[in-house]
Amino acid sequence: MLRWAQAALSRRSLLLGGGAATIGATAICSTNTVAQENHGNHATAAGAQSSAAVPSHQSGHGAMITVGTVDNERNGFHPTKMLTDWYTGTVTDLPDGRKLRTFEITAEDKEIEIAPGVMFPAWTYNGRVPGPALRATEGERLKIVFRNNGSHPHSMHFHGIHSARMDGVPGAGVIAPGDEFVYEFDARPFGCHLYHCHALPLARHIHKGMYGIFVIDPDPARHPENAEMAKSRLLGSPENVEWQEMAMVMNAFDTTFDGENEFYACNTIAHCYTKEPIKVEKGRPVRIYLVNITEFDPINSFHLHGNFFDYFDQGTTLTPTLRTVDLIMQCQAQRGILEFTYREHEVGLYMFHAHQSEFAELGWMGMFDVVETLS
Amino acid sequence: MNENPRNFRPVSTVAPTPRHLLWLVLPLIVLIAAVLWLLQSDPLRGFNNGAPPVENLTIERTVLDENGLRLKVRGGGSEPMTIAQVQVDAAYWQFTQEPAGTIPRGDTAWVAIPFPWVLGEAHKVTFVTNTGATFDHEIPVAVPTPKVSGNALVSQALLGAFVGILPVAIGLLCYPALRGAGRNTMTFLLAMTVGLLAFLFVDTIQEALEFATASAAIFQGSVMVILTAVASFLMLVAIGRRQGSPTGLALAAYIALGIGLHNFGEGLAIGAAFAAGAAGLGTFLVLGFTLHNITEGIGIAAPLLKVRPKLVHFLGLTLLAGGPAVFGIWLGSLAVAPQWTAIALAIGAGAIAQVILEVTGLLARSDSDRASYTQVLTPAALSGIAAGLAFMYATAMLVKI
Repeated sequence: MLRWAQAALSRRSLLLGGGAATIGATAICSTNTVAQENHGNHATAAGAQSSAAVPSHQSGHGAMITVGTVDNERNGFHPTKMLTDWYTGTVTDLPDGRKLRTFEITAEDKEIEIAPGVMFPAWTYNGRVPGPALRATEGERLKIVFRNNGSHPHSMHFHGIHSARMDGVPGAGVIAPGDEFVYEFDARPFGCHLYHCHALPLARHIHKGMYGIFVIDPDPARHPENAEMAKSRLLGSPENVEWQEMAMVMNAFDTTFDGENEFYACNTIAHCYTKEPIKVEKGRPVRIYLVNITEFDPINSFHLHGNFFDYFDQGTTLTPTLRTVDLIMQCQAQRGILEFTYREHEVGLYMFHAHQSEFAELGWMGMFDVVETLS
Repeated sequence: MNENPRNFRPVSTVAPTPRHLLWLVLPLIVLIAAVLWLLQSDPLRGFNNGAPPVENLTIERTVLDENGLRLKVRGGGSEPMTIAQVQVDAAYWQFTQEPAGTIPRGDTAWVAIPFPWVLGEAHKVTFVTNTGATFDHEIPVAVPTPKVSGNALVSQALLGAFVGILPVAIGLLCYPALRGAGRNTMTFLLAMTVGLLAFLFVDTIQEALEFATASAAIFQGSVMVILTAVASFLMLVAIGRRQGSPTGLALAAYIALGIGLHNFGEGLAIGAAFAAGAAGLGTFLVLGFTLHNITEGIGIAAPLLKVRPKLVHFLGLTLLAGGPAVFGIWLGSLAVAPQWTAIALAIGAGAIAQVILEVTGLLARSDSDRASYTQVLTPAALSGIAAGLAFMYATAMLVKI
């Protein structure tokens, strides 16, 4: 008899009555219907849909979110602060008149909280995931002093132009625990790049947290044809101050180590910008440096609600490679720059998320809180 | 002669005094000292290799209603468990846990998720613990969990009557026709009873073990099932033989009890299927069950052929054998935890084993007072057992999907 009971449970053997089936046809949850109410820096989602035929519980769309808050202090990094926390290193002058920019990076094992209450045994650069957001200017000489305080061999493999000796692959910059290595190369080409550990096995080293964004700003002097654009990209220039720039790394965590991610996020913490929307001043343009380092899934994406943006694939051009889009795809290690503005918009909460619904619902979604002025 | 070990007394000849009991303090002191030492100085820390604790979570009950999903979970890890997040269909959902906090080993908690489930479709709930481990729970077909209501109770009782009471009654109605049976027919009928009981025994044990697998590891499912069945068997044999081996009406009552306990377990399974979405229960299946269970009535009637029972006896036997199906469906539809169904089925299996023993005994004594188990090998008996097994197997085909 048990066999029957089990068989009756299978999807196919279910003989639904006609009346019952119509109730079953009610709409399923869509992220588009989530309305947000902002309570200080903690948002509670509220349901929007209502229909007499829909059971009352089905209007609770806003319940689709992780529960609780992450202890950012214990983690040692805060997702909101990480957006603008550029690591510019120390700059000295070289005899030939060029600048030498030095970064110091230490690899270490660290247990981090990737979603409220969920700990992940990460491998980190400077104790954070993603690693520090490195920022340099085109043409500078870069020196990255890398120490491995972790329990496994690690490296820093930069996406950029450099010699084979500086590639950060086994035999050229992968160092054992306790060792130190100095990567040296010129900052070029300008653009939005990344670095990651290239020790083997690659997938494990990447997905454990060893990656970061690496931005090289264009030198306006080298791009007279697009000098204004180049100036606006150059961190610290008067033209750049106008922009609201953010570093976003799309990543994910496979907490069961079965080759499928349990948590997706932008800057590590699932739902961090949903619970604490990113304040954006309406009158100033927004520029996002976006990197996809998601392991195990072939692509990730970025979709902006209620707005369109210009996109600079890999950031190596000063004119957009895609104009007026509200969605871009990135494979792993692909990256680019998004530029948009809310100048003509009403103030309010504007969602952004991966447009793979699964990623969004597993944590990779956030909100821009567009306000008149930042106090 | 004293060298012969058989002449040694098995126990000490020293008269027990309260002073001897004082010696019990010694092992107790050693145990307490060992526990304290283990807790205080942690001498086994060398085994701590940095591996995360073993985690285990069993989902025992699933309730779907207008407020969403409620699941009863039982922690079974090496340390208390923490449910950090809950996914439904690969999306994180808000949830509340009652009681909140960590779930100690062996304890249960209710997790409520305001999830808009879709009628008739499948959902998957995933519990993510604080270490990132995940535990999946399938809801194969989402239907509202039955609530206790007059209407539901009546329709469930009707179903129970169809699969439990009606077939037994039909079987017992064969009684007048069987009364004129000769010795060989009598042997055949008793043997057929043994055959059908043997089928039920195997079926029940298998079901019990499957429910045991679904229950939390802490209950040691299969050991629990076997021990419960053996205990139930021994207890019923002991009770049944207080005044010699049961025969006649008494034996019929034991058969009815065994079948009744089996039907109770089956009722639980049907009820659980209801609770979890058995909208596929068609008329054909119900008729299949009725047919399948008719032999049970004939089996109960077999030991009565030489006595003259009253009508009320038949009524009582019918209710004893078939009635528990109704109670089983009632209980099961309220979603009982799998370990209880396993125990109920195991008790039923023990009871069936008992009546197999007694009916076989009766079969062996069928032409003399001296039991001769070679009777079981006569053509009438062998064909009876074969017929019982074959009938049960064939009619089971109607209800196995």
